[in-house]
Amino acid sequence: MAEAAAAKTSYQGQMHLLQKEIMGRYFERLTRAAEQGDGKAVYMLISGNPVELVHAFDMVPVYPEINALQLAVKKVALPFIQKAEEIGYSMDNCAYVKADVGMFLGDRKTPFATIPLPALILCNYVGCNVYLQWFEHLAENCDGEIYNLDVPFLRDPSGVPSKEDVEYVVKQLEEVIEVCERLTGKKLDWAKFKRIVALSGETGELWSKIKALTKNVPSPYDAYFDSVTMMAPLYCLRGTEDGLRFFETALKEMEEKVRMGTGPLPKERFRFVIEGPPPWPFLKTFRDMFSKWGAVAVASTYSTVGGLWEFGFKHDANRPLESIAQHMLQWNVTNRDFRQRYAQIERYVNEWSADALVIHSVKSCRLFSAGQGDMREYFTKELDVPTLLIESDIEDPRYFSEAQLKNRIDAFFESLEHRKLTRDKRLAGGKV
Amino acid sequence: MTLEDIVSRYRDPLESDPLELMREWKKSHPDTKLIGCYPVYTPVEFIHAAGMLPVGVIGGGNRLEIAHADSRFQSFVCSIVKSTLELGLTGKLDFLDGIIFHSICDPARNLGSVFTRNFPRLLVEYIHFPQNMTSPHTVNYLTAEYRRLITGYEQLAGRTITDDAIRRSLRIYNEQRRLLRELYAIRAQTPQNVSAVESYVVSRLATLLPPEEHIAMLKDALATVRARDEKPKDRIKVVLEGSFCEQPPLELIEGLEAAGCYLLDDDFLTGWRFFVEDIPVEGDPVHNLAEAYLRRSVYSGVKHDTRERKAKHLIDRIKETGAAAALILSAKFCEPALFDYALYKPALEKEGIPHLFLEFEEKMWIFDKARSEVETFVESMLFD
Repeated sequence: MAEAAAAKTSYQGQMHLLQKEIMGRYFERLTRAAEQGDGKAVYMLISGNPVELVHAFDMVPVYPEINALQLAVKKVALPFIQKAEEIGYSMDNCAYVKADVGMFLGDRKTPFATIPLPALILCNYVGCNVYLQWFEHLAENCDGEIYNLDVPFLRDPSGVPSKEDVEYVVKQLEEVIEVCERLTGKKLDWAKFKRIVALSGETGELWSKIKALTKNVPSPYDAYFDSVTMMAPLYCLRGTEDGLRFFETALKEMEEKVRMGTGPLPKERFRFVIEGPPPWPFLKTFRDMFSKWGAVAVASTYSTVGGLWEFGFKHDANRPLESIAQHMLQWNVTNRDFRQRYAQIERYVNEWSADALVIHSVKSCRLFSAGQGDMREYFTKELDVPTLLIESDIEDPRYFSEAQLKNRIDAFFESLEHRKLTRDKRLAGGKV
Repeated sequence: MTLEDIVSRYRDPLESDPLELMREWKKSHPDTKLIGCYPVYTPVEFIHAAGMLPVGVIGGGNRLEIAHADSRFQSFVCSIVKSTLELGLTGKLDFLDGIIFHSICDPARNLGSVFTRNFPRLLVEYIHFPQNMTSPHTVNYLTAEYRRLITGYEQLAGRTITDDAIRRSLRIYNEQRRLLRELYAIRAQTPQNVSAVESYVVSRLATLLPPEEHIAMLKDALATVRARDEKPKDRIKVVLEGSFCEQPPLELIEGLEAAGCYLLDDDFLTGWRFFVEDIPVEGDPVHNLAEAYLRRSVYSGVKHDTRERKAKHLIDRIKETGAAAALILSAKFCEPALFDYALYKPALEKEGIPHLFLEFEEKMWIFDKARSEVETFVESMLFD
């Protein structure tokens, strides 16, 4: 493996720099809200977030998941996790929650922002049951008002929510509007709200175009490791001019790469689909394990946790509440069952021309992981897609076993290389 | 049949393979369709009203070897998810016509999907129970959800489920739940007259036998208990919480009492005795069941009610029953129970109520450690 030697790669582009800038401004806004009382904070969860409503009231969206992942990326999560375990949380509880609660119970100062206390704890319960507990626990430890926005799970084989499901979510969104009106002391400006939803529509469309670009060979960017760079603006700044500009810039940059025939690695040798959240505390180490093999993720389910735009969904400013309800109910991976997730992955494998599926199973997030052995069974046995199942964690650095992961990944790509070789020979009419 | 007869007849089958009772039952009732009900709560009235029988599929106990399911569900997933899949993969659920899962936690929901893919013969249903307990719109949502479920069962049963049929079933299950409440009330007042194991055996049979048959049995059991007049032993009185889904082995329950506790209350099989009072029968029975879920049901770690603080029900229950301590018995890897404990702990400490936290697995065999922890806890209280 001579080519594998050039493993350490720098993955910075224009899009990454702009992301740092606008997310820096977002975190400054959180700090201003926390330290100067400039703006009321609304805590929300990433999955199917209704950020448009929060922006319409000029409230400050805060995502405890982003707090947790930033703590992990900055490698400061473990003391918070341990603090939570000392006060009664289990080793087996989701470490996202533990890191965030550990931080929340202190002075809420982090290396990236000071996190404001919430005026509203808006538990948009989209798929993940731990969300309910996470926000209950935050609510028990502060004076913020809690509202459980219950989003029925997609449970019809058609993958479409019922009329009653949509009505139920719309009615609750109307109640959330009333709560925000009471907390801010102002009425919802519907014209402004519709403009925000229209901006979200445009942003989602750009994101969906960006995601289609990885169908190109080589793929212009890594749909896992680089997608996560785009996900933060998608959730925090969707519905704002800043957010829209970011996605315009990102699309232009990626289209240019397609024209130039360049990608994130010197040479693309394998294309894979990846399922599951990343190991935030060791993101670059993990990425390098694939880069050394010239392996690029061309699609990822994780990049659809906050919304699934690439299969045709677009926010509609003429039906703002209904389309937010549709986004929450139908158009994100977390509210879909395994059958629908399998179908999504199958589509990625076929339409994005992938050689393999990598399942990254994380202990913390059982929504994603519980039962992924069945997924491996389905993809290897029913569809003959080479599949690798590896385990670590999204937040807790104690569950990342570098040597073991490296061995598994190396063995997998070695066998994939062999498989490719024999297939190429067969296609060329040679002897296998 | 006295309570002693019930326990001696059923304890062993319940410990070795609870569903074997129903496989046998099916042989003598080949035309009755059976629907498996995963924990925690299922509105069993709809199944019963369709002429079918709801059967609690509540894990595989500690004699089932897990040989296949652990390749599908990881090491960090609780036992009951794996044992349920193992039962399916080894043909032990072949006597069922359908199975129902609910939005109780992420692994259980994913298990429902895995069942759909692996067992296409079964009608796999899934209820999304609402988590917004404050909106006036929630009851309409849940009524619609129940109507959707009813349509599925009508197709399976090949007959219409009328409101009258649901009312009839509701009356029967109201009675069953009322009798179970009575049994629990007696236990809370005079725990020396009915052990936790006896109460468990009788309650577990509610999840298996046809309710009409079980009601007759419950009446007999209550008659036995009322006739007893035992002298209280020198034990501490506790309320047990945290075992609402996966069930601890009977030997463990027995061990807890033998170690010096009276369990005045517990949340074993809580979904089968889910309501604090009878559900009204008149009017729209489907709406009534939905309304009862929101307004008349007991606390459950999988029903998130923002109207009151998490530990309130537990502290209230301890005070009402006159218990001296709480025993938190959580299934290993059960996120709902483990998260609840993180809020129970500071709340109990604030109230000055001693507690002991223990983890169990349904497949556990060795109880010495748990027993000695309870003994130490009891001693620390008795000789404090």
